[in-house]
Amino acid sequence: MATVTATAPGPHLRVRRWFAGFTSRETWAAFAFLSPWMFGFVVFTAGPMIASFILSFTDYSIIQTTHNVGTANYRTLYHDPDVRTSLRNTFIFTVLAVPAHVIVALGLAAALARVGRAASAFRTIFYLPTMTPAVAIGILYLLIFNGSYGILNRGLALVGISGPFWTTSPHWVKPGLVLMISVWAVGASVVIFLAALMGVPQHLYEAAEMDGASRWLRFRDVTLPMISPAIFFVVIINTIAGLQTFDQVYTAFFNASTPNGTDSSLMYAIYIFQQAFRFFKLGYASALSWVLFAIIAVITAIQIVVSRRYVYYEGQSK
Amino acid sequence: MSQASPVQAQGPAQPIPPAPPVAPQERRWRPSARPLTRALYFAFLAFCTVLFVYPFVWAVSASLKPREEVFDNRLIPKHFHPSNYLDVFRGVSDTIYKAQFGTWLWNSLWIAVLAAATVTISSALVAFGFAYFRFPLRNFLFACVLGTMMLPGVVTLVPTYLIWNKLHFTGPGTFLFLSRNQYPLWAPNLFGSAFYIFLLRQFFLGIPRDLFEASRMDGDNYWTMFWRIAAPLAKPAMIVTFVFEFKASWTELQKTLIYLRDDGAFTVPRGLKTLLDLYGPSAGGHGDYQVILAATVLATLPMIIVFFLGQRFFVEGIATQGRKG
Repeated sequence: MATVTATAPGPHLRVRRWFAGFTSRETWAAFAFLSPWMFGFVVFTAGPMIASFILSFTDYSIIQTTHNVGTANYRTLYHDPDVRTSLRNTFIFTVLAVPAHVIVALGLAAALARVGRAASAFRTIFYLPTMTPAVAIGILYLLIFNGSYGILNRGLALVGISGPFWTTSPHWVKPGLVLMISVWAVGASVVIFLAALMGVPQHLYEAAEMDGASRWLRFRDVTLPMISPAIFFVVIINTIAGLQTFDQVYTAFFNASTPNGTDSSLMYAIYIFQQAFRFFKLGYASALSWVLFAIIAVITAIQIVVSRRYVYYEGQSK
Repeated sequence: MSQASPVQAQGPAQPIPPAPPVAPQERRWRPSARPLTRALYFAFLAFCTVLFVYPFVWAVSASLKPREEVFDNRLIPKHFHPSNYLDVFRGVSDTIYKAQFGTWLWNSLWIAVLAAATVTISSALVAFGFAYFRFPLRNFLFACVLGTMMLPGVVTLVPTYLIWNKLHFTGPGTFLFLSRNQYPLWAPNLFGSAFYIFLLRQFFLGIPRDLFEASRMDGDNYWTMFWRIAAPLAKPAMIVTFVFEFKASWTELQKTLIYLRDDGAFTVPRGLKTLLDLYGPSAGGHGDYQVILAATVLATLPMIIVFFLGQRFFVEGIATQGRKG
C-alpha cells in the first residue's frame, strides 16, 4: 500500500520503504492476527528444533547431570545394531507401502470414475477405514492377520491358499502391516485421485481418441500427466508418514511383557520413542530424530527433484 | 445472487463469495458408455467394498460373541453375548483392574472438542492475517507456515516434552481444574496449525475485498471485520478444520503415551492400548478378545458417526489437500 513514485525505486529507497512498512498500522494489526502462530512457531517448532539439535550433542537424561559429549551420540547410533534393524524395517515398510497405496488408490478411483452417481456411496465406504483410530487398526491387525485363527488365513484357505504366519514370521510382518495400515486406509487418497480424475478435461480424451490412441496410451499420455500433481502429493505425504510409522505397530507388538517387540516389527520411530521415554536417553533420542529428519529431508528433496521432470502443472505458473 | 453453491445451503441469507476455493468442483460423473463394462466396474467395486468393510463387520460380530467363539468364523454369533459391552466398563469379572472406560470416553470427548475449537479459532485468526493484510515479511512467514507442514513430528517430540516438563505439566496435579498431563494434548492448538492455516487462508482469499472495504466504511475495525464478515463466510472451511482436528485428536496415541500417567486422565486410544495389554494373552491375560473388540467398536463408533455427520466436509477438505499442488 506504499505510495507509488514516478521513478523506479533504487535499492536504497526500496529498503527504506520496506522498513517503513513496519511503522504502518496495518502491519501491526497483521502481526497481531499472526501472533498466536508466531508464538507457537517459536515455542513449539523452531525452538524445539534448535534445542533438539543442541541436545543431540549431549547425554541429557533429566535425571543426571548433563555433559557435552560431542558427536558421540552420532557415532554410537552408527554402530547401534537396533538402529540398523529399525531403519531397515522402516525402509522396507515404506518401500512396500507407498506403491501399494498409490496403485490401490488409483485403481479404486479409476473404477469409481466410471460408475456414475453410485461413486459417492462407494467413496464413503472406502473412506471409513481412515476414520478408524490407529490403536483399533493395530488391534484388528493382530486378530485378523493371526496366522492360526485369523480371518484372513481362513479366507485364503477357502480359495486353497495356506496363508503365512503374518504376525510372527519375520518375512511376512511388513507385508501384513502394509496391507492393514497403508492399503486398508487408502480412502483419503481415493478421494484425492477421484477429484483429480474428474478434473481431467474431457476434450483431451476425445482428441486422443480421434488420433487413434489406445486405452493404455490414453491413460499414459493423458490421464497420468494430468493427475501427476495429485500422485506426487500422495507419494510425498505417504512417504513421510511411512517413515514415521508408530501407532499401529506399537499397539500390536509392544507392551509391558514384550517391551522390545520383535526384531521384524521394530520401527525407527518406535526406537526413538523407547530411547527417549523408556530409557530417558533424551540426548541420544535427539540425535536419532535428527537422523530421521535428515533422511526424510533428503528423500523428499529427491522426490521433488524427480517430480520436476514428471509432474505436469497446468499453466506451469506455480 | 445464485444459491448454486451447496456449501452455503444452510443458515440465514448471507452474501455468498463467488466460487469459494473449498467448494467441490466434481459434479461431472462420467458414466461409462457400455452397460457391460459398467457392470464389471460395479462388480469390482462391490468386491472391494466387502474387503474394506469386512474388518468392521468382523469386529462388531466378534464383540458380541462369548469368549470361546470369538474366532469361530461365523458372521452371525451362535450365542449372543452383548454383556461384553458392559464388561468394558466394569472389567472382566476375574480381573481386579477396573477399566474406567466411561471416564476415558469423556476425556477423549472434551479434549477433542477443545483441541478442535482452539485450533479452528487460532488458525482462522492467523489465516485472516495472511489473507487480508499486506505487510513486510508476509511471504517469508507464510513460507515458514508451509515449511512446518512438511516437518516430521518426531523431531520435536523430545524438546516439546522437555518444555512441558519444565512447566511442570508432566507431573501429577491439576491446573485450572484440569489434569496437568492433559494440557500437552490440546494446548498447542491455541497457536494454530499449518495445514489449517493454509486451508482457511485459501478460503479467505476467495472472499471479495469489496466486502471488507464496505465494512471499513461502516467504521468496523480489523477485529470486527474478521468476526462479522470473514469468520461467518468461512464457516464451511472452519467446519472442515473442526472435524479434521476432532478426528486427529480422538485417534491420537503417541502423545498420550508420552504425557498421560494416571489412568483417570487417559483418552480412549490410550485406554484401549491398556486394555489390549491387560487382556491380551501376550501380557499374561486370558485373551479376552471379546471385551477388547467391544472396546474397539466403542472407540471407533464415534468417528464413524462424526464422519457421517460431516462427510461432505471431510471429502472437501481432503480433495482440497490434493488440489494444492
